[in-house]
Amino acid sequence: MQIAVCLKQTFDTEAKIKLTGDGQIDSAGVNLIINPYDEFAVEEALRLKEKLGGEVVVVSVGPAQVQESVRQALAMGADRAVLVSDPAVAPSDHSQVAAVLAKVLQSEPFDLILSGWVAIDDNAAQVPARLAEKLNLPQVNMAVKIEIGGGKATVTREAEGATEIVEVPLPAIITAQKGLNEPRYPSLKGIMQAKKKELKLLTAADLGAELGASQVKILQYSLPPARQAGKKIEGEPVDSARELARLLREEAKVI
Amino acid sequence: MWVADEQQRAMLDTVRRLCDRDIRPYVQEMDEKAEFRREIFNRFGELGLTGILIPEEYGGLELGYSTSTLVLAEIASVSAAYAVSIMVHWLCAAAITTFGTEDQKQEYLPRLASGELMGAWSLTEPNAGSDAASLRTAAAHQDDGYILNGTKSFISNGGAADVYVAFTRTSADRYSGITAFIIEKGWPGVSFGKKENKMGIRACDTRSMIFEDCYVPTSKRLHEEGQGFRVAMTMMDAGRINNAALTLGIAQGAMREAVKYAQEREQFGKKIGDFQGVQFMLADIKVGVETTAAIVARAAYKKDHGLPVTADASVAKMYSADVAMRAAENAVQIHGGYGYMKEYPVEQFFRDAKIFQITEGTNQIQRVIIAKRMLQGEV
Repeated sequence: MQIAVCLKQTFDTEAKIKLTGDGQIDSAGVNLIINPYDEFAVEEALRLKEKLGGEVVVVSVGPAQVQESVRQALAMGADRAVLVSDPAVAPSDHSQVAAVLAKVLQSEPFDLILSGWVAIDDNAAQVPARLAEKLNLPQVNMAVKIEIGGGKATVTREAEGATEIVEVPLPAIITAQKGLNEPRYPSLKGIMQAKKKELKLLTAADLGAELGASQVKILQYSLPPARQAGKKIEGEPVDSARELARLLREEAKVI
Repeated sequence: MWVADEQQRAMLDTVRRLCDRDIRPYVQEMDEKAEFRREIFNRFGELGLTGILIPEEYGGLELGYSTSTLVLAEIASVSAAYAVSIMVHWLCAAAITTFGTEDQKQEYLPRLASGELMGAWSLTEPNAGSDAASLRTAAAHQDDGYILNGTKSFISNGGAADVYVAFTRTSADRYSGITAFIIEKGWPGVSFGKKENKMGIRACDTRSMIFEDCYVPTSKRLHEEGQGFRVAMTMMDAGRINNAALTLGIAQGAMREAVKYAQEREQFGKKIGDFQGVQFMLADIKVGVETTAAIVARAAYKKDHGLPVTADASVAKMYSADVAMRAAENAVQIHGGYGYMKEYPVEQFFRDAKIFQITEGTNQIQRVIIAKRMLQGEV
């Protein structure tokens, strides 16, 4: 079973986001991690490989520093990796990212393509769907359980507060939701072995990907407004309870 | 902490994540209950930490002290108790690696490397602390082996560990009358005393180890008869370097908490970190951490390259323990009244730090060693 996992490097979930003077995100000193949803996908791929045999190939797009996250996936147990590192690809342009990933995934046969359902930085959830479209593959989103057998995948997925069980023929794209598994940490031995594993660095041109001009331009980021101070209701209990009820009804409009 | 090597950075990242998930949430509870959890040690085994110093041919990773010190500091920055547990395990494995016969290495090292077996070091006795050579646990010849009688005290991992390197007296000669053995928990004649009720590192079991007519075959003797003192002294350098790394970790943990608190706590309408009095304490902690890190790294480098390191190990051990004590004290001070409460981790760092000025050769003994080396020409 040949499994590809698409992963993105993101800010650490603990990172405090700061902006530069011109409204761009200040990445200085920020710890970078594998997007946690993609980490579920890596773990799932490894578990499937351990059960069914085959190979896990990690695919990513981004600047040279993404190598560190890709190496982490290799240290977890993935077999090899392809990283498209090309300043011509705008990370914020999901159409370009999907176009590049599609080229990599078409360059060799895969039975299954996994990724997280969303990245925690831009929360766009765009790339897997675009990829499915470009590769003309079925896609199942937000999987919490994946079973493979008889050329099919039986996937339990989250759907509007309920779960839904879906069957798709392989190859397919399946995206991971929290709860799918608990990712392993790379062992020290895994980290040592990862150094010797193949990590292929490519440009968009190497893949023959037609990018065109980026269709997305980030004008400016802004931080969410600071939380407003609460309101304190003073007075006798009877009066303050009445006032609380009035405010909840008329101002907060929750009762 | 700044680490240049990418592989070491990745390893520390793994250790940090493990500690954050599997140790940090339970640190206070395990301290309060004085509870050692083997499953945490097993997690160390799964990641390969237990075999970090063991040669590759025996299933270890052979990464040396340059890496072991970083790993130990990382663990100790969350829990000094679990750092002690793995440090003592390493010491046991290192002694078998250095002095064991091929059969002993084959029998014990692969399982110590995987963490299936947990190791310990059994040297101290009620009347043999700093003066280790005065130990009295007797090993008398019988058949093709020895009969052991006596009591070891303050054994870290005591009762929890499976394999012990224990030191005994085979003749009256002060130094050449000492002999080391590999002892397994569960052998007839081996038992353990009650769990000691300690001030700090409470989640690491400390017990006395009692030998009552315990028969040990000669095949379990570590190195030659009468060479035990040499075994102990040879391992001390490594033990002290790791000890220094452990206390560096305590100082780092205290520093992290102190900085966090100084950024959050407000008095007189501003963050307490804005006051110079607090800034001075923070800076003192930082200077202690950075100087210790440099001293430990140099000692580890020398050890890994087979250079003489006895004085360096003593400098590192002594200095680091004092730095950790002061860092923990400053961190409590910065926390004010809250620092005295168990809800904040600095209270535990403060209690944990103290033992390291005492154990593995008191800081006074270290000064004696350092001065002697200097006077012998090692300036």
